[in-house]
Amino acid sequence: MAFDYDKYLRPGKLPHIWCPGCGHGIIMKGLIRAIDAVGLEKNNTAIVSGIGCASRLPGYMDFCTLHTAHGRAAAFATGVKMARPEMNVILVGGDGDGTAIGGNHFIHACRRNIDMTYIIMNNNIYGMTGGQFSPCTPTGAKASTTPYGNPDPSFDVAKLAIGAGATFVARGTAYHATQIDKLIAEAIQHKGFSVVEILDDCPTTYGRRNKFKSVIEMMNRLKDIAVPVKAAEKMTAEQLQGKVLTGVLYKEDKPEYTEQYKQVIARAQGGAK
Amino acid sequence: MAKKVAFMQGNEAAAHGALYAGCKFFAGYPITPSTEVAEVMSAELPKVGGKFIQMEDEIGAMAAVIGGSLAGSKALTSTSGPGLSLKQELVGYACIAEVPCVIVNVMRGGPSTGMPTGPSQSDVMCAKWGTHGDHPAITLVPASVQELYEETVRAFNLAEKYRTPVMIMPDEIVAHMRERIVFPEPGELEVIDRTAPSVSPEQYKPYDTQFGDVPPLAAFGSGYRFHVTGLNKMADGFPTTKAAIVQAEEERQVRKVEANADDIVKFEEYLVDDAEVVVVAFGSTSRSARFAVNEARKQGIKAGLFRLITFWPFPEKQLLALSKKVKAFITPEMNLGMCTGVVKGCVEGNAPVHGIFRVDGEPINPGQILDKIKEVK
Repeated sequence: MAFDYDKYLRPGKLPHIWCPGCGHGIIMKGLIRAIDAVGLEKNNTAIVSGIGCASRLPGYMDFCTLHTAHGRAAAFATGVKMARPEMNVILVGGDGDGTAIGGNHFIHACRRNIDMTYIIMNNNIYGMTGGQFSPCTPTGAKASTTPYGNPDPSFDVAKLAIGAGATFVARGTAYHATQIDKLIAEAIQHKGFSVVEILDDCPTTYGRRNKFKSVIEMMNRLKDIAVPVKAAEKMTAEQLQGKVLTGVLYKEDKPEYTEQYKQVIARAQGGAK
Repeated sequence: MAKKVAFMQGNEAAAHGALYAGCKFFAGYPITPSTEVAEVMSAELPKVGGKFIQMEDEIGAMAAVIGGSLAGSKALTSTSGPGLSLKQELVGYACIAEVPCVIVNVMRGGPSTGMPTGPSQSDVMCAKWGTHGDHPAITLVPASVQELYEETVRAFNLAEKYRTPVMIMPDEIVAHMRERIVFPEPGELEVIDRTAPSVSPEQYKPYDTQFGDVPPLAAFGSGYRFHVTGLNKMADGFPTTKAAIVQAEEERQVRKVEANADDIVKFEEYLVDDAEVVVVAFGSTSRSARFAVNEARKQGIKAGLFRLITFWPFPEKQLLALSKKVKAFITPEMNLGMCTGVVKGCVEGNAPVHGIFRVDGEPINPGQILDKIKEVK
């Protein structure tokens, strides 16, 4: 039997706003399959986003959904999770939203290790505003605000998350569709702050400026640069040049924030300092 | 049984007022001169099963407060001038998404870093106009430690009743002075909770105006699933650009506060009945004003005090009525004329309005006000 996505989608809210060839829809389907696999209850799950194309995702999903301000998803979500630690909280958004204007909230959510899952759909560009360079635009690439090529170095989102203290970090791509749900499901099940970076494509504002002739070419690029962590172990530094590791990149068990705060409550109520 | 009495600082009183009102969530960021609010909340909230979090910045604190409120907790943050500037982005979010929350903003010198430890009353315009777009504003300006406690309770009540952010703005003097405070007994002060939905989750819409200008608000995780956005929205919470809906919703958001000004506006009239000169003042400045009015009366001058307790909505009609009976108004304030301008707008030229402005980090003393009373009587 075909998978029933409609069970998790709000009736009447499709079609989505995403352009033909955009990978966001592939990622949303992966998220739905992951939610189904883990068995999250709709009433007890919040999906929180910032601003941008990717951040429109919660509106389509039949959960408690919060479309916040640009970059602020992690901070809003932290409030939801603190007030109701029993809720599952999933964040979604793009690379500009999450790592530029939302960079501070992102690294501190990682540091606290609060039990939420953040899916960053990294298409290397600000799509909704028409293709300005983001902190994840490769050096040299063309964007509407880098007409002579991007002078900025770019972030490695997964490394940033690991460095900031996230306790589960994975990376997938929009090409590797069946891997997305597995990574997200594992991230949701991880107790602590989990980050799943999904490399994505924006044919409309990135591809056409950077000599990609088609969506297929962009998708093939994702296919070509992705190297599973296991396979990378057997490869030389030279062979890994220009490649991106995929799969679960980092995992550790550390005290989770809302659990830590329960101990604060216990100490306060016990009269101890 | 005798009531509990304490000698307490203003900021501490604000925190205890929040706890009395049922606040269960605080998110903040350290800033002088409001930090004691956060310190007390960090100690007291976990005792009652509430949550305190120190966020990475002022904007994050405002975001967490909105998230906590949407998850069903009465939520508070505290800040001061520069922090209020940062929070404005999400004050607007709370206004359009109609999420109740309370902001304690202790007024210090500005703009920018200004004079962090000096008193000021220069955030009153920022309270109304700081965030972009048309939106409602409720701002309370208490003048004593006791009043800061009680008005913080009222701030929560107004936030919950009207589903909107409310600012309580003591100046630094009121926030940092210590005074005797008599704690109200549980049940003595009214405590209002937001209206929960009376319909089933299937029928629920977060902005359903069939229930009036302030639709009931469900909590995330309570069995009601709904969408919240900072975009202009329809009754079901989803974005719209339909002109008629956007116009009606924008008007409703402002109307729900403005049309209920009589419920929100609070003031004190002192010796105003026969007054020829009325001092309009708020916060610590109103204490100097009361002293000056008493001195003027001793000297045979018919002076009175109109003390603002609610700054926004402004008591427009009360001042207009008063302007038809008095010779002059005096408006002392620790800024360069913010309240003065509003009073001038209210009184429609019926009486002159004489400002006394100080922005040097020093309070306005009674002598300054008395001199002005004598000058204009």
